[in-house]
Amino acid sequence: MYVAAKGGEKAIRNAHALLAKRRRGNENLPSIGLDQIAAQLTLAVDRVMAEGSLYDIELASLAVKQARGDLIEAIFLIRAFRTTLPRFGNAQPLDTSRMLVRRRVSATFKDLPGGQLLGPTFDYTHRLLDTALGGGENGDISGDSPVASGGDIGDIPAAPVAMPRVTDLLGQEGLIEASPADDGAEPFDITRAPVAYPVDRATRLQTLARGDEGYLLALGYSTQRGYARSHPFVGEIRFGDVEVIFEVPELGFEVSLGTVQVTECQMVNQFKGSAEVPPQFTRGYGLVFGQCERKAMSMALVERALRWKELGEEQSAPAQDEEFVLSHCDNVQATGFVEHLKLPHYVDFQAELDLVRRMRAEHEAEMKEAAE
Amino acid sequence: MQALKKNLNDGSDLRAARQATMALLARASASELHAMLARLAPIPAASDLRPTETGLVMLRGRTGGDGAPFNLGEATVSRAAVHLEGGATGFAYRLGRDVGAARAAAIIDALWQDEERRDAVEAALASLKARLEAEADEARAETAATKVDFFTLVRGED
Amino acid sequence: MSAQVLARGFDDPVGESQAAFRAAMWALARPGRVEALATDLTPPAPLSPEAAALVLALCDYETPLWLDAALAAVPEVVDFLRFHTGAAILEEPGEARFAILSDPLEMPDFSAFPQGLPEFPDASATLIVQVAGFSDARFILEGPGIKGQTSFGAAPLPADFAARMAANRALFPRGVDLLLAGPGGVAGLPRSVTVRES
Repeated sequence: MYVAAKGGEKAIRNAHALLAKRRRGNENLPSIGLDQIAAQLTLAVDRVMAEGSLYDIELASLAVKQARGDLIEAIFLIRAFRTTLPRFGNAQPLDTSRMLVRRRVSATFKDLPGGQLLGPTFDYTHRLLDTALGGGENGDISGDSPVASGGDIGDIPAAPVAMPRVTDLLGQEGLIEASPADDGAEPFDITRAPVAYPVDRATRLQTLARGDEGYLLALGYSTQRGYARSHPFVGEIRFGDVEVIFEVPELGFEVSLGTVQVTECQMVNQFKGSAEVPPQFTRGYGLVFGQCERKAMSMALVERALRWKELGEEQSAPAQDEEFVLSHCDNVQATGFVEHLKLPHYVDFQAELDLVRRMRAEHEAEMKEAAE
Repeated sequence: MQALKKNLNDGSDLRAARQATMALLARASASELHAMLARLAPIPAASDLRPTETGLVMLRGRTGGDGAPFNLGEATVSRAAVHLEGGATGFAYRLGRDVGAARAAAIIDALWQDEERRDAVEAALASLKARLEAEADEARAETAATKVDFFTLVRGED
Repeated sequence: MSAQVLARGFDDPVGESQAAFRAAMWALARPGRVEALATDLTPPAPLSPEAAALVLALCDYETPLWLDAALAAVPEVVDFLRFHTGAAILEEPGEARFAILSDPLEMPDFSAFPQGLPEFPDASATLIVQVAGFSDARFILEGPGIKGQTSFGAAPLPADFAARMAANRALFPRGVDLLLAGPGGVAGLPRSVTVRES
C-alpha cells in the first residue's frame, strides 16, 4: 500500500541544487558539450537510444550529460521525453540488405560475397589501457585515416552498395528456415496496447530490442552454457546506415526521412528436424539502434531460445520462459520498481512493526505456557 | 540513395525526381538549407498550412531481416507544410527536431515544384549532393580498408 | 490535395487544443451543461467550427475517425480532417475511436460503433454530434456529475433518442460517449448518464 508523505520540499529543492552542482563538477574545467558526447561517447549514446527506444543522437547525448553518465537514468529521461510527442505514423520496415555497411562479419563463412569488413571494432584489440589517451590534447590523436595512409583511394575497392545476407546464401540451398512471411498484418505495438502472454514473435522482438543489454547478455550467455539446448553461430553481424522511408499521407507517396544506424545479428542454430521439416538451420534475430553488437547478439540468442514451442523443442531453461524473460527485460520498469523501495514506506513499515511485535508477544506467551 | 517505390502513373518520373529532392533535403544541415534559401532569393511569402512540429515515427524491422515486420523503436521527426504566395505547396519530413530546418526544406520543395525555378533549385542542391556522396565514399573506403581475408590452416595428419 | 481548398487548422495548436479539450472534459464531467467553446476555425461545410475544434483537439494518427455520409461526401472535409489530425478516415464505423455525425437525425445505431470490452471499457467510440442548438429541453438527466436531476435539450435529435441512450446506459461500463457540438458550446452525454423524456 502506498501512503503519501508530506513535507521535505526545501530539502528536496536543495538536494536537486546539489545534484546539479555535482553533475557540473569542477567549474574550472569546461562543461562537456553535447557534440563531444555524441562524437566521443558514441556507444553510450547508442545504448541510450536503443533502450530508450528513441533515435535522436542529440537528445541521447543530453540525457547522458544530465544523468551524469548513468545510462539507465539517461534511458529513463529519453522514455519520459518520448511520451510528450505525438506519433506521425509508422515507417516502412528498414531494409538492412541495402545498408551502407560500416562493419560486417560472419563467423560461418570466411569467403562471403562482399567480404568480411571489420570496421571500427574492439575485437582483436589487446585490451591494454592506452595511457596516451589520458595525456591531454596531444595524446588523443585519431591517427591517420586508414584510407589516407593506404595511398590512393582508388586502390581500395569500395564495398558494394547492397550486400546479400549470409542467411540469403544459406536460404538459396534450402539449408535454413525462411523468415516468417509478411502477410501485411500490422505488428503488435507494446507501447500502445497491453501485452497478454503468450505473444507473437513480433512482440518479442520489439520487447527485446528495447530490453536491458546486461540482462539479455546474461540470458544469452546462459543459453550457451547449456540452459536451453542451442549451438549458435554468428551467421552475420552488420552495422551501418539504413534509410528511413515513410509514406506521407497528405502526399500519397513515400519520402526518405534520412538515415539511422543499426546493428543486425543473424544467429544460426542447428535444428535436427521433425516429422514435417527436414534437418536444417534455424535462426534467432537481433536488430538494435546504433552500434550495439553485444546487445544485438544477446537479443538473437534469447529470441531463438524463446522459439522452443514453435520448433517443438523441450522447455528446460530460464531463457525459454517467455513471460519471465519479456516481463523483466525493461530496465526502466525494473529500476522504477526496485528504486521505489527507497522512498518513504513509513506507514507500511509501522504496520509490519506492530505485527512483528504482536507475534513476538504471542510467541513469548506460548513459550512460557509450554515451559509451565 | 535507395530507390523509392515508384507509382506507375503519368507523373511517375516527376514524382521520383521530387522524392529524390526531398531525400536530399532531409539530409541537409540547417545551415545548408538556409544557405540554399539565401541563394534562391527572392522567395515569395510562405504561410504555414499547419504549424511546423516535431513528433515520432515508429521505425520497423523485419524478422530475420526479410520477413514479417516488427516495431523496433521510434525516431524524432520534424515536419512542415507551407504554401508560397502565388505558388505551390511544399512539404518536408526530416529526422530530428529542427523545425526551422523542416520549414526551410518545405519552402525549397515548393520552389522545386515551380518549373521555372526547378533548375535553380537543382543547382543549389549540387554542393549538398556532392558532400553526401563524398561522405558515403569515404565511409565505404574506410570500411573497405578493414577488409580481411581469413584463412583456415589445414591440420596435419596425426 | 490542393492548398487552395485546404482550410487552416489551429493557429496556436497548444492553446486552442487545450481550450477545446477543457470544454470537452467539463462537458463530460457535468453532463447536460453547455460549456462555452469559442473557435476561429472555418472548416469546410457541413463540418461545424465547434465539431472541428473538438476533433482537432482530440484526434490524432492513432484515433481512427468515421464520418457520416453527409461529411464523407465532401472531399474538402475529408482532406481537412486527414491533414490536420493525421487520423485515418474509416469507411465503416466498426473500428472508429471517434465519429462525427453532422446529420443527427440519420445517426446509426450506437451498436455500429465500438462499445468497449468489460476489461477495456475505454476501447469505445466517442461520438461528436453536430446540433443546431440547445433549446427544446425535453429530456431529464440523472447520474454522476449531476446534482439531483437537470433538464436538457438539443436539436435536432432522433425521436427515439432517449430510448437509444437508455440502451447505451444499460451496457455500462461499456457504451459510447456523446459530445454534442452546437453554436458556441459543447454538451456531454457520457455513458453513465440516464436520459428520459420529460
